[in-house]
Amino acid sequence: MPVLDMTTCPLREVNATLQAHKAGTNETEWEVLNPRGSHAVAVGLDGPLTVSVRGSTGYYCAGMNKEATVLIEGSAGPGVAENMMSGKVIIDGDASQYAGATGRGGTLVIKGNASSRCGISMKGIDIIVHGNVGHMSAFMAQAGNLVVCGDAGEALGDSLYEARLFVKGTVRSLGADCIEKDMRPEHLELLDDLLRRGEVSGAKPEEFRRYGSARQLYNFNIDNIDAY
Amino acid sequence: MTKPNTYPRQPSAFDPYTNSEIRRAAATGIYDIRGGGAKRYVPNFDDLLFLGASMSRYPLEGYRETCNTKVAIGTRHAKTPIELDIPITIAGMSFGALSGPAKEALGRGASAAGTSTTTGDGGMTAEERVHSDRLVYQLLPSRYGMNPDDLRRADAIEVVVGQGAKPGGGGMLLGQKISDRVAEMRDLPKGIDQRSACRHPDWTGPDDLEIKILELREITGWEKPIYVKIAGSRPYYDTALAVKAGADAVVLDGMQGGTAATQEVFIEHVGQPTLACVRPAVQALQDLGVHRDVQLILSGGIRNGADVAKAMALGADAVSIGTAAMIAIGDNDPRWEDEYRQLGSTAGAYDDWHEGLDPAGITTQDPELEKRLDPVAAGRRLANYLKVMTLEAQTIARACGKSDLRNLEPEDLCALTIEAAAMAGVPLAGTDWIPGRSSD
Repeated sequence: MPVLDMTTCPLREVNATLQAHKAGTNETEWEVLNPRGSHAVAVGLDGPLTVSVRGSTGYYCAGMNKEATVLIEGSAGPGVAENMMSGKVIIDGDASQYAGATGRGGTLVIKGNASSRCGISMKGIDIIVHGNVGHMSAFMAQAGNLVVCGDAGEALGDSLYEARLFVKGTVRSLGADCIEKDMRPEHLELLDDLLRRGEVSGAKPEEFRRYGSARQLYNFNIDNIDAY
Repeated sequence: MTKPNTYPRQPSAFDPYTNSEIRRAAATGIYDIRGGGAKRYVPNFDDLLFLGASMSRYPLEGYRETCNTKVAIGTRHAKTPIELDIPITIAGMSFGALSGPAKEALGRGASAAGTSTTTGDGGMTAEERVHSDRLVYQLLPSRYGMNPDDLRRADAIEVVVGQGAKPGGGGMLLGQKISDRVAEMRDLPKGIDQRSACRHPDWTGPDDLEIKILELREITGWEKPIYVKIAGSRPYYDTALAVKAGADAVVLDGMQGGTAATQEVFIEHVGQPTLACVRPAVQALQDLGVHRDVQLILSGGIRNGADVAKAMALGADAVSIGTAAMIAIGDNDPRWEDEYRQLGSTAGAYDDWHEGLDPAGITTQDPELEKRLDPVAAGRRLANYLKVMTLEAQTIARACGKSDLRNLEPEDLCALTIEAAAMAGVPLAGTDWIPGRSSD
């Protein structure tokens, strides 16, 4: 497996090397050593690579990822997998704020906890958090699925659009226009798939509650002014 | 004895427009939403004059001696700066706010004139990429349509922090304009009133922005110039912080700068006039030793070559136009006067762009209205207009003895009012007095 050691290999070289391997490459398995909290590691990947990052990362690791699988053997700083298009990002530890922000596709798995604004403005990404998520998670979330196996902080799903939220534990409070909804068979089936893809064991779909948009703020109405 | 009649006196504070606005709010229960920029009078470039050549300045021959108009944007860090033939760019306007043919016309016109155009809060369309030789891709808080392929397809990236029409406000696109295509591009349900965020979702403040810019450069191989667009709010500090964050260029948008739609109260009451913003921004660049290295692009109410020349004399490297470009391609054209009247407006004043009923077919997603705009002819009009503005600016520059538009300087100017003199930092006409700078 080719190795990029960041004690000697500059960030630019790490990213340029990984970005150069697109569809059809034979070198699909990569290892990044000693990230030591560096920002923008493994961003803009555009091929079916598997990149193992041995350690914790700074801001925006795996940002705008396409097709690649990025494994972070540590914790991730703010904006991990921001605007991801496809592929998979798995974090062994915790994720800081804005995890999966604006993601448009792919799967983000956080095996620890996620801080505030997890899934902010998500646009199609699936995010599975084994632990808890902080306040304002899924703020203005447009599409995709957020699964929280632990608890959710204040104002979950504030100003939500069409994203689906599943929480196993408690929700401190729901944000504006976010309500609990019935868990129908199709949601249980969807959640079962999400838990499997998220490598979650010991949790059943029936143990979760579903939250979504009440769609009361989709068109401006002066009578809803207290919600704005 | 007959009491003498006095003439009925209208209160200046409650003029007919104000009264109509009170009645409108009382009837509808919603604030007024409109497009465009500030309509009130604010000190502006018309309050400045060029001095021209004299005994101490030698003019250049109008048609024989050259006056350079080219400018490169992004020379600080980008491997591939944008080379502009003229220092007048087209500002960001979204597909969604504008029709597809209108975006195509802007691309065609800008390309024919040798300058850039800019995407908007809705992503990049294939049509505008094809028709724009130089395309600036905006990174906005909403991130609608944002994707790394378009980032790599762009010629430059503009991180939008603020907009002159609404410093501190997010975008707005009402349901009438969320067509199937717009909804798909923005990952939104069709027909909703779209509320864009006012803050970026994954960074807060200049320290974070510095890292965000690093990420964008890493994704695009350090090739693309990265602009930071700020509203005319606190131009000295905002410019300094944009430079600190690593911007290649700063786009500074004063309060006359337009928007597709926002609250009237926001447009008219938040932000500073363009004239008041330029000198503090230039001062920040000079204090940091990066004036000309980090290019300053000024926008907000630029209308003609004189405005271009004045902006550049005050230290800008280029200007950007939005409203003027729309007028050039056909917005508010008197030929549609009957229809403007049916909409309760008149040519020149029509600003209900959010309703999607634009008779000129520009600020609409209605397929029938869109057909009214021929993108080829409209693009030609825009190219003509851009070339005229450039010629006008060159005319002034030559008269001031300058062989390059960027050689114009504040010393070439005087002001007609005390306010303009103070804002622009140039002497009041007929005096050597610069309010706030000189002692007497």
